[in-house]
Amino acid sequence: MNFFHILSEIEKTDPEVFERFDSRRQVFKHMTGFGKKMTAAALPLAMGAIFNKAYGQTTSAPGVNDVLNFALKLEYLEAYFYNIGLSGDGTIGNNTTTAAQTALRAQFSATNLSSLLKIRTDENNHVNFLRTALGADAIAAPAVSQFDFTGGKGTNAGPFAGLFSNAALFLAVAQSLEDTGVRAYKGGAPYLASNKDVLTAALNIHSVEARHASRLRTMRRGGPMNDNASATAGAGTGASPKSWISGQDGGGASPAQTAPIYAAGSAPAYTPAGITFPAEDNVTQGATGAAAGVNLQTALASLSFPAAAFSEAFDEPLDVPTVSTIARTFTITGSTIF
Amino acid sequence: MSNNLKKGGDEADFTKPLLVPIKRRSFFMYAGATAGATALLLSGCDDDDDNGSNMPGMVNVGSGSVGVLNYAYALEQLEAAFYTQVRTGTYYTGLAAGSAEKQILDDLYYHEVIHREFFKAALTRDAGTAIIKPLEPDFSTINFGTRASVLGAAKAFEDLGVSAYNGAARFLGTDNAGLNYLVAAGKIVSVEARHAAIIRDLLSEGSFLDADVVNVGTNGLEISKTPSEVAAVANTFLKDGSKLNVTGLV
Repeated sequence: MNFFHILSEIEKTDPEVFERFDSRRQVFKHMTGFGKKMTAAALPLAMGAIFNKAYGQTTSAPGVNDVLNFALKLEYLEAYFYNIGLSGDGTIGNNTTTAAQTALRAQFSATNLSSLLKIRTDENNHVNFLRTALGADAIAAPAVSQFDFTGGKGTNAGPFAGLFSNAALFLAVAQSLEDTGVRAYKGGAPYLASNKDVLTAALNIHSVEARHASRLRTMRRGGPMNDNASATAGAGTGASPKSWISGQDGGGASPAQTAPIYAAGSAPAYTPAGITFPAEDNVTQGATGAAAGVNLQTALASLSFPAAAFSEAFDEPLDVPTVSTIARTFTITGSTIF
Repeated sequence: MSNNLKKGGDEADFTKPLLVPIKRRSFFMYAGATAGATALLLSGCDDDDDNGSNMPGMVNVGSGSVGVLNYAYALEQLEAAFYTQVRTGTYYTGLAAGSAEKQILDDLYYHEVIHREFFKAALTRDAGTAIIKPLEPDFSTINFGTRASVLGAAKAFEDLGVSAYNGAARFLGTDNAGLNYLVAAGKIVSVEARHAAIIRDLLSEGSFLDADVVNVGTNGLEISKTPSEVAAVANTFLKDGSKLNVTGLV
């Protein structure tokens, strides 16, 4: 059994494998004595421990760099999505436009296309910003081939097949990614609180993701060719033209795949007391750990507001493991990005 | 980490030794604001604003986590009062039933009133002696009869809210309660951002993240505002006696 050969194979699909073992990856990589000192019998056990450290669920709270790198992965997910659909080969900074991209672009009104290109620019800039902030600690850029935005795990024939040639499907996946991003940043914020400048920067990305999500809802409601989508009421239902998440959003754009984006998360052991990850239809707010939250729908019943308003008024955070599971919808089998 | 994201923030500020005792004691000191003023004077800080806590007609939000909650409560009071008044104006009452704009303005009214009541409840529970009073708005510069004036003001309030929450989070404590408040504020700010986006799109389709609110060309970050920048704007919509003093949030 050649341990380093195995690692080298893993590295082909997971460029960060060494970093997972130890952030000082260069040290680890060149620690040639490592294999020699280990007996053949002890090796499987040691490997189990190592892989558990690398890929298992961590029991300690993520540090500032952990959160920023996780955010960076999500920004890559978003940026590659918009890049593949609208411009370039998927990677950051490539701006050639293919025939397929021209065809997709033509399905949007000029204003809506302009909005999508603005969002694409933001996501690429978020990647660059986080990479700069992390400096040498930034994860390597994942290969575009690690992602399958059809949800097909590498077959490119998943439930969202055709998303890069179908405007409505493209908007549906975009909204799913943005809503996930909003919840993820919110869930990561407490672990950035020790560094005020980083916290502020992350929040300044968080609200931009929410603006994106709002705009995408508006465009989906009006349709790709509608230049006046914000003035369009809910189609034929009398439903409000909500650009916010109402209840659990009916499971999202494609409930079979996207319901977890609006459902409850699960608090890891390291979560500060009082912070929970309820579903988006949650109406109980204001726990502090020492004090329980208040059911606002009950407490404010005298206002006679629509029930939905109490869930709409608050977005909910999501924990890293749950966000990872959601993000894996869009990666290939065997990918260890998330 | 790169150097442009320095650790510290306010910790690096020379006023830190001064602020710590104020934050820690903020739950108790508001019955007599002199404690804060005394601490400031003892520290040798002679900024005139330090006396703001005693300034007639100013509402001092305080400092630390409670200061941020009061600050958010003040802004939500302003927003809620605005949408309440919108619903009595001829622009709103003239909108067709079931129209998108009417439904959007209804939702925004619901959400902002709920936000206001949430902060009121949280402060009453956690800092009953420090909660600021109900503020009296002054919307005399807004014409509630015209679309441009109503939506223009809505846009200003929603954008201001987003930049204010983002800019004030750094003043929350890092104790457990502070982290919980941080998440609570996060739950609200993204809803405000969703509001801001659609109001902007109502005014000009596709302006949901124009360069006046987001650094579109450079890093794609929202442009956050300090409490003093926000208060300068908010105070133009508050009557004398209700204007905000946010000097504790620095």
